Amino acid sequence: MITIQNLIARIPGGIAQGIIWGLMALGVYITFRVLKESDLTVDGSFATGGATAVVLITKGVNPWIAMAIAFVVGIIVGCCTGLIHTKLKIPAILSGILVQFALYSINLHIMGMVANVSCNPTKNNVIITMRNIPGAILVGAVFAALLIGVMYWYFGTEQGSAIRATGNNNHMALAQGINVNNMKVIGFALGNGLVALAGGLMAQYQGFSDINMGRGAIVIGLAAIIIGEVLAEVIFPKGTNFAVRLLFVIIGGIVYYLIMIVVLWLRVDSNDLKLATAIIVMLALAIPNFRKGE
Amino acid sequence: MLRIENIKKTFNPGTINEKMALDGVDLNLEDGEFVTVIGSNGAGKSTLLNAIAGVWLVDEGKIFIDNVDVTKLSEYKRAVYIGRVFQDPMMGTAADMWIEENLALAHRRGQRRGLTPGILPEERETYKLLLKEFDLGLEDRLSTKVGLLSGGQRQALTLIMATLQSPKLLLLDEHTAALDPKTAAKVLEVTDKIVEKSHLTTFMVTHNMKDAISHGTRLLMLNNGKIILDIKGEEKKKLTVEKLLEKFEQASGEEFTNDAAILG
Ligand SMILES: Nc1ncnc2c1ncn2[C@@H]1O[C@H](COP(=O)(O)OP(=O)(O)OP(=O)(O)O)[C@@H](O)[C@H]1O
Ligand SMILES: [Mg+2]
Repeated sequence: MITIQNLIARIPGGIAQGIIWGLMALGVYITFRVLKESDLTVDGSFATGGATAVVLITKGVNPWIAMAIAFVVGIIVGCCTGLIHTKLKIPAILSGILVQFALYSINLHIMGMVANVSCNPTKNNVIITMRNIPGAILVGAVFAALLIGVMYWYFGTEQGSAIRATGNNNHMALAQGINVNNMKVIGFALGNGLVALAGGLMAQYQGFSDINMGRGAIVIGLAAIIIGEVLAEVIFPKGTNFAVRLLFVIIGGIVYYLIMIVVLWLRVDSNDLKLATAIIVMLALAIPNFRKGE
Repeated sequence: MLRIENIKKTFNPGTINEKMALDGVDLNLEDGEFVTVIGSNGAGKSTLLNAIAGVWLVDEGKIFIDNVDVTKLSEYKRAVYIGRVFQDPMMGTAADMWIEENLALAHRRGQRRGLTPGILPEERETYKLLLKEFDLGLEDRLSTKVGLLSGGQRQALTLIMATLQSPKLLLLDEHTAALDPKTAAKVLEVTDKIVEKSHLTTFMVTHNMKDAISHGTRLLMLNNGKIILDIKGEEKKKLTVEKLLEKFEQASGEEFTNDAAILG
């Protein structure tokens, strides 16, 4: 039944999931907006994070330690993409596709050669679950606040500034003695670390990790970033500081997911959701280009 | 200061586009020498600067800066010794970053970049005073994105950035060519000021013969990847455009051709 109650009942859960997608989008932000590279690794590293966290948690590892390990594994994955790009001189987008492709096998190995590992919150110690949605929103919000704080600090340091300069202008960065290859590797590593962390949260939230859980993550990440940027521009037309812009990435994730809930509530076939998302993201990416008159 | 021994560079070797852009260049620059470099289009001026800066490695020969062999050093490592300003005003600065952030990046040229703050509060005062000194109207716009500045302002800023950490060698590749005459004159004025102040060893490519004659202490002319004229001292001071063209034709047996050359 299409009733308004029905929709309202789904909103809190939508917010919780939206925050997790927003956290993932913070990782995408590092590669897409700071380094200005399209990193397709994330579809794989999101699932890697979910697989790593769930497998460790079901083996009795403390969930915080499991999350830390998921983050580190994501960093290693990002390093692979970064090194393939900078050392083997393969375009970043292809490097990401290669690693993402390889991760399918690796993720299966992590999950013991099954496509799906469940993580029942009554039997396992998890930090976030859909059985407790207010709690999930709180955990998500704490992660968001923490990560935004750390990113704000980091991109203000000498190293963070060097990464920004590398993404902004390679020639300038080199002329200023910045090792741009190292900066790119660090950027890919941090981005995928965050994506894997978000994957770990998502797997716990939904109660399982799945080999396909990251499919389309890059598109969702871009959608969150762009929705966030559009909202930020409406609310702060004169521009705003970096931390607030990052907050809007999280808000973008939430808005994206709420839109999806409304679309589903309207009984649009869920198989058409990806088409709808792709079209929305395409338009959002295209509009600024036309505004500039290009 | 700078010693170049018989460097050679061929682009696209073994293809129909093969081009010997540097054909055995030898050069010795003394500390504090200000060299202007002219030559026809495609003579190899930018290639010579890129070879010194390490944009790619040369095929043959050696490059020493301050007696350190940098021949095999990568571009970002050579930046410890070299300040650079490019022809394209967009190339020398990070457009999405603030003026002060750009300056702070340049202030740390050649240093390890760790987790300490990218800019310290006291640096802002220094940058403000520095910008004021050059009278570019930028001293109160430290937190303006560089992308919003004019080409001339960006080029002047790049010049200040290139010399913030006194480089052993300053490389300027037609850094005023993309600017209108008035702005170009202003940027050249800033150039002279900086070079004099820090007594910098400087390499300035220009297509403006007058500028090449009226600036610097030594003049090089390149043709087909070779240095064909090297004029310094009293002879440089007495040089005129007519004499220079005459010398070029004698040395090369060709007429001087450069689309952008300003002769008179
Ligand atoms: N990266 C490159 N790849 C291939 N060929 C190149 C490259 N850079 C320069 N060349 C070629 O080397 C020759 C010298 O070029 P260079 O840019 O040094 O000339 P220039 O003296 O700076 O001329 P201009 O006055 O036009 O700037 C030209 O024939 C040019 O086409
Ligand atoms: Mg040139």
